[in-house]
Amino acid sequence: MIKNFLKGIFSHTFLIFISLISIFPFLWLISTALKGIDENIFQYPPVFIPQNITFDNFKGAWKQIPFLLYFMNSFIVAGFTVILNLIFSSLAAYPLARMQFKGKNIIFSLILSTIMIPFQAIMLPVYLIVLKLHLVDSYGFTAGYLGLILPFAVNAFGIFLMRQAFLAIPKEMEEAAFIDGCSVFNIWRSILLPMTAPSLAVLAIFTFIGSWGEFLWPSIVLTNKFLYTLPVGVNDLQGLFSANWRYIAAGAIISIIPVLIFFIIMQKYFISGQNEGALKG
Amino acid sequence: MFLFPAAAILAVFFFLPLFYTIILSFKDFSADIYNPVFIGFDNYLILFKSKIFYKVLINTFLFLLMVVPFLTVFPLVVAIVINQKLKGITLYKILIYLPVIISIVVVAIAFKWLYAQQGVLNYFMELINIKPVGWLTDTKFALFAVSLVTIYKGIGYYMMIYLAALVGVPKELYEAAEVDGANEFQKHLTVTIPHIMPSIALVVIISSISALKVFTEIYVMTKGGPLNSTKTIVYYIYERAFEYLDLSAASAASVILLFIILIFSVINITFFEKKRYEL
Repeated sequence: MIKNFLKGIFSHTFLIFISLISIFPFLWLISTALKGIDENIFQYPPVFIPQNITFDNFKGAWKQIPFLLYFMNSFIVAGFTVILNLIFSSLAAYPLARMQFKGKNIIFSLILSTIMIPFQAIMLPVYLIVLKLHLVDSYGFTAGYLGLILPFAVNAFGIFLMRQAFLAIPKEMEEAAFIDGCSVFNIWRSILLPMTAPSLAVLAIFTFIGSWGEFLWPSIVLTNKFLYTLPVGVNDLQGLFSANWRYIAAGAIISIIPVLIFFIIMQKYFISGQNEGALKG
Repeated sequence: MFLFPAAAILAVFFFLPLFYTIILSFKDFSADIYNPVFIGFDNYLILFKSKIFYKVLINTFLFLLMVVPFLTVFPLVVAIVINQKLKGITLYKILIYLPVIISIVVVAIAFKWLYAQQGVLNYFMELINIKPVGWLTDTKFALFAVSLVTIYKGIGYYMMIYLAALVGVPKELYEAAEVDGANEFQKHLTVTIPHIMPSIALVVIISSISALKVFTEIYVMTKGGPLNSTKTIVYYIYERAFEYLDLSAASAASVILLFIILIFSVINITFFEKKRYEL
């Protein structure tokens, strides 16, 4: 008994310590953002609880940075990336799971081999191709969005995940529908997709988080500030407010609110451990 | 038909650029950027003659060596501790997973603030009688400081991989080990680790590849400085390609990165195939 009690105490202490480290950088940002100009943020030793809490920094950062625009851009880009990934992955996964045709294995191996190609190693030619296709923001907003979305519109993990999901469904369902005269497309749409909803949800959530946090690609292709996604806009805080850490901190905190809400609502998908199939590198 | 959209996208945005990179790496753009000339392996020779590229390779592998062992071992410890019937487990999981979903840009900004000369981290260091250091301004510490950010952001992610694996370890084995008089530590050494070996291998591979691809932390915090001490290969490619328009060096370095990652992937595949037969 005593041994178990001690073990419990140790476990809790350890986990509380790790959890604190986990959130401390954000708490410190909040603390800094809540300090007014009369409070020295470089004070030594540091003051963790602001003496006079003020929201001026949040107001100031909000006024100078078009956060709503950045939210909207991120939302458009992440939203369409998710939708295209769901459609394209599940479309491609269907013949790979169900049909017999020549070259199926070669196509599947080719698709899987793209996992080994890191985007960072091909980003330069991808950029040159996107330029050639006129999919950059100098050709208009739509072109700019397309340039952000299309290179990530499908990925091998999604196809693999959906193929596994389709393979787990008994074939008899489709055979019955086929005999009833259902077309292959309708079988895919009205039988397979609803039955793989949990996998689609996992794919959607992880694609969304990945796309929402993506920084490298948008920072390469975007030239027009009206199309900045949130991470690019947040990185800009540093230059804009040069060394004004109160504003930088406030801006950084504002920027994480949407994804925080998303995380809290969807937490069971993230921490239930049912997403091994959706792991990404 | 069903395959067409996915195949088209993968062809245009993966396979075409892949071949394009390799072709570009054999061309010289310095005379006329629109009409590059074929020069064979010269771009690679130039890279391997430049001191800075060696520095970049060394930084990349040092970074990998700092990040991977820690991210392989520590999240496993956390996962083992969290994998018990305790009160508040969900809350712990949420808090530890939190940094994973927050954009790396925000995490890097938060750490930049912790790392400030008169910042919190130096204050904590002083509390335990260690002299304050310029985390991001001292060439001796900058790469380490950046690697801490990568580690910090990865713990929750790898913890979840391990947690998923721990579910599959049969409880009877722990009881058997207890009967044999094993203590907590021995129990995990003899039961847990052999059982979740495939997941450990997975974590090693995923964390190695993502360490090789590190970019945003460096871009936000140090821009490769001070004195190139945090310049890793992806940052180098980015800088060559998009800041200096030196497409030759950028594509040659890209091909080298491809090769390095390919080697890691091949090790991964052979290792996993072997494991699969064993299990």
